[in-house]
Order: sequence, then C-alpha cells, then structure tokens
Amino acid sequence: MDFGPYLMLATLEGAVTAAVLALTASGLALVFGVMRVVNVAHGEFFMLGSVLAWWVTQMVGDTAAVGFAVALIVVPVLVGVLAAVTDMTVLKRIDYDPERTIVATIGILYILQQVTLMTYGPDARPVSPPFNTRIALPWFEFVDGKIGLYWPWGLSITSYKLAVIGAAGVILIALWLVMTRSKLGLLMRATEQDRDMALAFGIPVERIYAMVFGLGAAMAALAAVLIVPIQQAHYLMGADPLLLSFIVVIIGGLGSFPGTVLAALLIGLSDGIISVFFSPTLAKILATLVVAMVLVFRPQGLFGAKRT
Amino acid sequence: MSGDMRKSLLLHGGVLVALFTLQFVLPAYHHGNLARIMVLASYAAGYNLLFGYTGLLSLGHALFFAAGLYGMGLAMSQFGAGTGLALGGGVFLGALIGGLVAVLALRTEGVAFMIVTLMFAQAGYLTILYFGAYTRGDEGFVIAQADRVFLGQDLSDPRNRYFFAFTICCVSFVMCLSVVKSQFGKVLVAIRENEERARMLGYDVAKYKLVAVVLSATLSALSGAAYGLLFGYVGASFASVQYSIFPLLWVLLGGAGTVLGPLVGTAFMFYLIDLSSGLTTAYMLIAGVVLVCLTLFAPQGLLGELRRRFWRWLP
Repeated sequence: MDFGPYLMLATLEGAVTAAVLALTASGLALVFGVMRVVNVAHGEFFMLGSVLAWWVTQMVGDTAAVGFAVALIVVPVLVGVLAAVTDMTVLKRIDYDPERTIVATIGILYILQQVTLMTYGPDARPVSPPFNTRIALPWFEFVDGKIGLYWPWGLSITSYKLAVIGAAGVILIALWLVMTRSKLGLLMRATEQDRDMALAFGIPVERIYAMVFGLGAAMAALAAVLIVPIQQAHYLMGADPLLLSFIVVIIGGLGSFPGTVLAALLIGLSDGIISVFFSPTLAKILATLVVAMVLVFRPQGLFGAKRT
Repeated sequence: MSGDMRKSLLLHGGVLVALFTLQFVLPAYHHGNLARIMVLASYAAGYNLLFGYTGLLSLGHALFFAAGLYGMGLAMSQFGAGTGLALGGGVFLGALIGGLVAVLALRTEGVAFMIVTLMFAQAGYLTILYFGAYTRGDEGFVIAQADRVFLGQDLSDPRNRYFFAFTICCVSFVMCLSVVKSQFGKVLVAIRENEERARMLGYDVAKYKLVAVVLSATLSALSGAAYGLLFGYVGASFASVQYSIFPLLWVLLGGAGTVLGPLVGTAFMFYLIDLSSGLTTAYMLIAGVVLVCLTLFAPQGLLGELRRRFWRWLP
C-alpha cells in the first residue's frame, strides 16, 4: 500500500479511538468540573461497562443485534447507579476532600477490578457486533493527468466502526444539550460555580453530586459498550482508558467540555497515527511526559482559559 | 532529657531490639518475610518523610524505588560494577531523579502534584519496558550469586540477609527520628500544617520541600537497591503503579507522620496480603478494601489513632 491510503486507514482507526475516548474523557471531565474531585476509578467503570455488556449479551441470548441493543441501554444505567451508590456511601462521607477522594477511589479501583477477576475471571471475551459489513474505501490516483478512483487492497473499514463514530457524536451532542439547555444542566452548572450559593438557593447539592458521579461513570460504561465488539472485555482493560482520559482532560483544560472533546480528537487521532508508524510504548512515554509538562507549566490546559 | 524524649527512645530502641532478637526465634518462612518487611518498611519510611511530615502526597514513588533497584542492577549487569559501587550508584540515581522530579513537580500543588508524580512514574515504568534489551522488561533479570557479596558477607544467606535488612531498617529509623527532632523536621511539619504561615515566618518553603523530596527519594532508592541485592531479582513490576500505591497504603495504615507507622503498616499489610493470596488470586481486593476503610474510618492510621487517644508524645 502507498503512503496515502495507509495514512487514511490510520486516521480512520484513530477516529474510532478518538470517538470512544471523547465519551470516556467527558465523563471524567464532568465529574471534575462539577465536583472538583479526580475519580481514579473511572477506568474501572469503563471496564465494568465492557464486562457487563458481555454478560448482558449472554443473558439475552437472542440475535447479536438484540443483545447488543439491550446492553447499550441497561449497562450504562447499571454502572451509573453503582457509581451513584459509591458516591453516597464513600465520597460523601469524606466530604469530597480532593486528596482523600483520590486515595478512596484508588481503593474502589482495586475493589472493582479484583471483584471482576473473582467473578468474571482472567479471560478476555468477545462480544459480537450487531452488524459488521466490510466497506472498501476508494483512493485516487493520477492516470495520464486525470484523477481516477481505485480500491486499494486492505483499505477498508467495517460499518460498525463508522457507526461507533456516529453514535459518539450523537451522544456528545446530547450531553452538551443536557448541560446547556435542560433544568438538570442548569442545576449542575450552578453547583459547579458556587456550591454554597447553590445550596442556599435550595438546590439539592448532594443529590446533584451523586447524579453527576453516576452520569460520569455511565459515560465511561457507554463508551465501553460501544468499543467491546472491537476490543474484547477483560478485567485489566481499565488502565489505558484511565490514562488516556487523564491526558485528554488535562490537555483540554480541566473540566472544560469543548476543550475535552477537542483534545480527545487530537490525542485519539495522533495515537492512531503514531502507533502505526512508531512503537506504541514510545508514543505512550512521550504522551505521559507531555502531559506532566503541561500540568507543570500550563496548569489550565492547552485550550483552557486561566481560572482566577 | 525530657520525659517524652526518654519514652520515645525507649519505645523505638525497644522495637529495634525486638526486631534484632526475633531472628533467633522465628521459623524460616517468617524469618524471610520479616527481612522483606524491614526493607519495604524503609521504603515506606522514605515515603512517610514526604507524605506524613511535609504533607506532599506523591503517587509516583515507585520511580525512586525502581531507580535504586535498576541503578544497582544495571550497574552490575551492564558495567560489571562491584556490590558497594552498584549500591551507591542506585542510591545516587534515585537522588538524582528525585531532584529532577522535585524541580518540576513542586511547581504544582495538591491534586496536580499527585498527577504529575503519577505521570513521571508511568513514564519511568514505560521507559524500562522500552529498553527491554537491557532491562529485560516485565520478565526482569536475576542478580548472580557472586555479585551478592557485600563486605565479605554472602547476602543470599538468610542470616546475613536478615542482618543487612535490619541495618537498612535501623538507618531509616535513625534518619527519620533525627529529621523529626531537628529544626529542619519542625519546619517540614509547619509547611504541612500551614504552608502560607511558614512562608510568612520567613522560611524558604520551596527549598525545604525540594530537600524533603530528595531525602525521601534517596531513602526509597536505598531500600530499592537493597531489595534487589537481598532478594536477587530486578523486574519492571517494581516500577508499576502498584508499587507507588503500596507505600501510601502502608503509611496510611500505620499512621502518617509517625516514625513507627511505616513499619507497623508494612508488616500488617504484608501478612494480610500473604494470608489472602493463599485463598484467592484477587489479593489486591484486600488492599482496596483497606484503603477505602482507612479513608472513611481512620484517616490517622493505627499509630495516629494511638497517639490521638493515649500517647501524645509519639514522634
């Protein structure tokens, strides 16, 4: 394959990564933005989403499409409720102290991960996609000074991957509408701006916190259900999304929604492209170092506005 | 000498004497475990200097532990250094990396500091994997029997090993006690309690924090190098996130800001994990449950609670 089609393939694979990453990271950003806490267990909620998706599709046992559709609805709700319960039983009791929250969520990370290991086991298990047509993609070439299309061997994408990109876009727009247009979003933004003032105006801040924590985890679970037909469900799969979401949220400016989505596109695409041409380990080393440097020298993020 | 001082000397001296005598009565299995615990406890003590006394929560101490471990191991395997030189090299590398991380990470504070240290440690871990040709990555490498002879003593022999581990533990004890009792240690506590006020009083807070990070990194690297030397294995798992979480767990459990806390926490957790790993492969579940319970019910840890209730003089 020539360089051009190769780059296009890498970009398309990167776009799938970016779509899923944008969902996961916006969950983390939402929690950080409204509650001002860092949820280290975010990756485990992602993992739980995948594992539960496998479980639900097995339970339903109908055609792949029906099982997947049920999982897409049931799993985020289950994970969201679990996260909300965690918030009420653990985080509320330590009063959302930033440092103690990190320690507590590290504990929750290990609990979720190890309980999954004990029940689901150490195997990676596949979930079959609801539809999976192979779509060959054309590339252009110059023949005798005229542009002609041809179909290079190997340049193709599945319909499911395109659907993931589309679904992620729709979900992100829906989240943005909820945040900016709905009553619930208004309450969330009020809580974000000034917790005490919100409380004084009769906003049930504690309930909003539980809801935000649940919604954040549900976003991760939703992303996981979407990706599980491409990537198998495994109890250790939470580490990478957690690290990448951290990177995205930090580069995008802590808690800023448009910045997060933009950074997810940037990181997802470049991750796909860099991994094709360079060693993935080297790419990860560079990415973590860049993020550390961004936090050190530009704590408001690359796209974030300076907070006063 | 004040009464409190005498009590504290008696207590810590007593613990050391007990550790020394235990080697004659313990069965072989627990004998080996206690040697391991003592080395890991000095790692925890190094962590405690920063977290317990200065109030800086790092999530990347595995970087320093691994710097000691790999500095020592690679000096031997790649450059053929002698035991003493390799040990010194490991400690020096840890101090150097500590200084580097301190200069960068101390520009941030709070949650950002935690994430920056986490990211640096992650980059370190990945770097070890990336240079798999020398480090042998996850698989790790074994330190030859012939290289594990220090001052004429074969460290693979259980008795010598115990004694060396005990020495490291004593070093960390003395270091922590003298830091805590010194002017320097008091300033660190002042920074932990109220950084602004310490600055207002005219202390160069940035300099104190820098020295605290380097000191903590050096002690962590010393225990890392000693661990590799005593147990003859160098592997990438010691650089992973898990080994950054462990010292936090041990110190929180034993009691942050107490000299004995790291030892108590390490011993407690070591046996808890040892017992539970006999029952299930998911032994890290215990670590998770203990972390959550500690933050919820006993943020001061075992010795911290003891100090709050009975022994107000505990350093």
